[in-house]
Amino acid sequence: MKFLRKRVDKIKPHFEEGGRFYFLHSVFDGFETFLFVPDHVTKKGAHIRDAIDMKRTMIIVVLALMPALLFGIYNTGLQHFIATGQPQEFWPMISYGIIKVIPLIAVTYIVGLGIEFAFAQVRKHEISEGFLVTGILIPLIVPADIPLWMLAIATAFAVIIGKEVFGGSGMNILNPALTARAFLFFAYPSWMSGDKIWVSGMMSGEGIIDGYSGATLLAQSATGASNFINGFGEKVSHLEMFIGTIPGSVGETSIIAILLGALILLVAGLGSWRIMFSTLAGGIVMGLLLNVFAVNSAMEIAWFEQLMLGGFAFGMVFMATDPVTGAQTNKGKYIYGFLIGFLAILIRVLNPAYPEGMMLAILLMNVFAPLIDHLVVQQNIKKRLKRSVSSVKS
Amino acid sequence: MFSKKNLKLLTDPINKNNPITVQVLGICSALAVTVKLEPAVVMSLSVIFVMAMSNVVISLLRNTIPKRIRIIVQLVVVAALVIIVDQFLKAFVFDVSKQLSVFVGLIITNCIIMGRLEAFALSNSPKRAFLDGIGNGLGYGAILIIVAFFRELFGSGTIWDIQVVPEKFYQLGYANNGLMILPPMALIVVGVIIWVQRSRNRELIEE
Repeated sequence: MKFLRKRVDKIKPHFEEGGRFYFLHSVFDGFETFLFVPDHVTKKGAHIRDAIDMKRTMIIVVLALMPALLFGIYNTGLQHFIATGQPQEFWPMISYGIIKVIPLIAVTYIVGLGIEFAFAQVRKHEISEGFLVTGILIPLIVPADIPLWMLAIATAFAVIIGKEVFGGSGMNILNPALTARAFLFFAYPSWMSGDKIWVSGMMSGEGIIDGYSGATLLAQSATGASNFINGFGEKVSHLEMFIGTIPGSVGETSIIAILLGALILLVAGLGSWRIMFSTLAGGIVMGLLLNVFAVNSAMEIAWFEQLMLGGFAFGMVFMATDPVTGAQTNKGKYIYGFLIGFLAILIRVLNPAYPEGMMLAILLMNVFAPLIDHLVVQQNIKKRLKRSVSSVKS
Repeated sequence: MFSKKNLKLLTDPINKNNPITVQVLGICSALAVTVKLEPAVVMSLSVIFVMAMSNVVISLLRNTIPKRIRIIVQLVVVAALVIIVDQFLKAFVFDVSKQLSVFVGLIITNCIIMGRLEAFALSNSPKRAFLDGIGNGLGYGAILIIVAFFRELFGSGTIWDIQVVPEKFYQLGYANNGLMILPPMALIVVGVIIWVQRSRNRELIEE
């Protein structure tokens, strides 16, 4: 460690103002703080001493995403092996999954961090850590077979239009990962929906068993299927839906893995339990409402099945709780979360053209989050003003 | 005719005082007609014509129009010109006219035209008003054409309905960007143009 510190100190002057590599100073700064705890301190204003900083926060969120990622790798292999009728051995499936998923992560990080570095350089600020999480979220919410160039364009779009134009990490209105997904969804619909893309290898069609269907359960619910079936037409059990051995985006299928992530977020105090709880409540309420007024088969899907379909759980745990784009006030969080869950199921069921209602609901509520906060704050001001006036009177 | 001051009337709206990117007027039609290059060019020409002509007519009438009914007079003049344009398009380029549909008629409500009539034609000579009208029309058209160029290129792989993205690309896995055809992307492209313009010309950045 000491050796490394010495090396870093030795090359540091080159990156300071006037040095040869000054144009790379924010890159250097990024790597230095990556290796060592930074020694800069707040110079004015409130001083709160806490061991947690952005890097630690982000790395814990990345850790929380690991179960979903690992399961995603396994499931990518599993779905491919089922569809091609190969024997389902563990290690070949894992290695297939790794070959499919790791390039997605690599492309996202290279493109996203490249743009972040460039902007940090031009705008002369530090590289922010926000992309560490975004870069792993994006691969988890796309199908494993998405062409890498599409992913690269979507990442670039999300980082530039979704984040940097608003002033970089912490200033963005929309969740960057979902911006990337929305971009893909609308720009390349044939690669983001349909019944071929969700099982790896089906788009190219090699070795797929004849008649095997790769439709996700969500797509089946949108087309009005009466019960959920797998590729061979057999019924999918609730346990399978819960474990996540079903086709879907890389990281969204396994409820168990997502709940594990949620546990990590909640224990570390990083994800808001208010948002998670109220999103769940919103989803349950809408699910029940639809069940009561069920006039078509999509509305008849039981509320607890709705919660396990598609990206609802993943969005609830990792997207809605984004501290930057979500509501900030406690009361606002309840409203924000509830409406996400409520709208997600509503869009999903009543507009079959957009089965992934969760993405649209979260993006919509991201836009409304500042308004919700404003109203909550104003209401509080009014309430306290009234109290002070009445106390003056008496 | 082309003294430095007059030339400024012509060139300012194209860049420094662009009706779309600086004054942010006329956005609605910029979203609607820029999916393809051809309708965008036709729309730009129509707006240039209507703008220049209405500016001249209002400028000629400026001393006789009673102040209280000036908006109505302006509307009558613009509406008459728009009907001429509409009929002309229907007669000679019917396909484009069908694509533009209501948006030719809606030139009447284009904020740029009313804005220039109010702000410029009512207080300037016909010659200057003509140049101002041409300038603003060109400024509007320039942005429309830039936006339409990118939207058509990436959204349909064509320019002026001629295939420019080679078939080979599609075989290699290239796909047209469907988002480019949807209206939000026009707004984003306009936003990017505003961004580029302001980073090149820092005077335009508001406090």
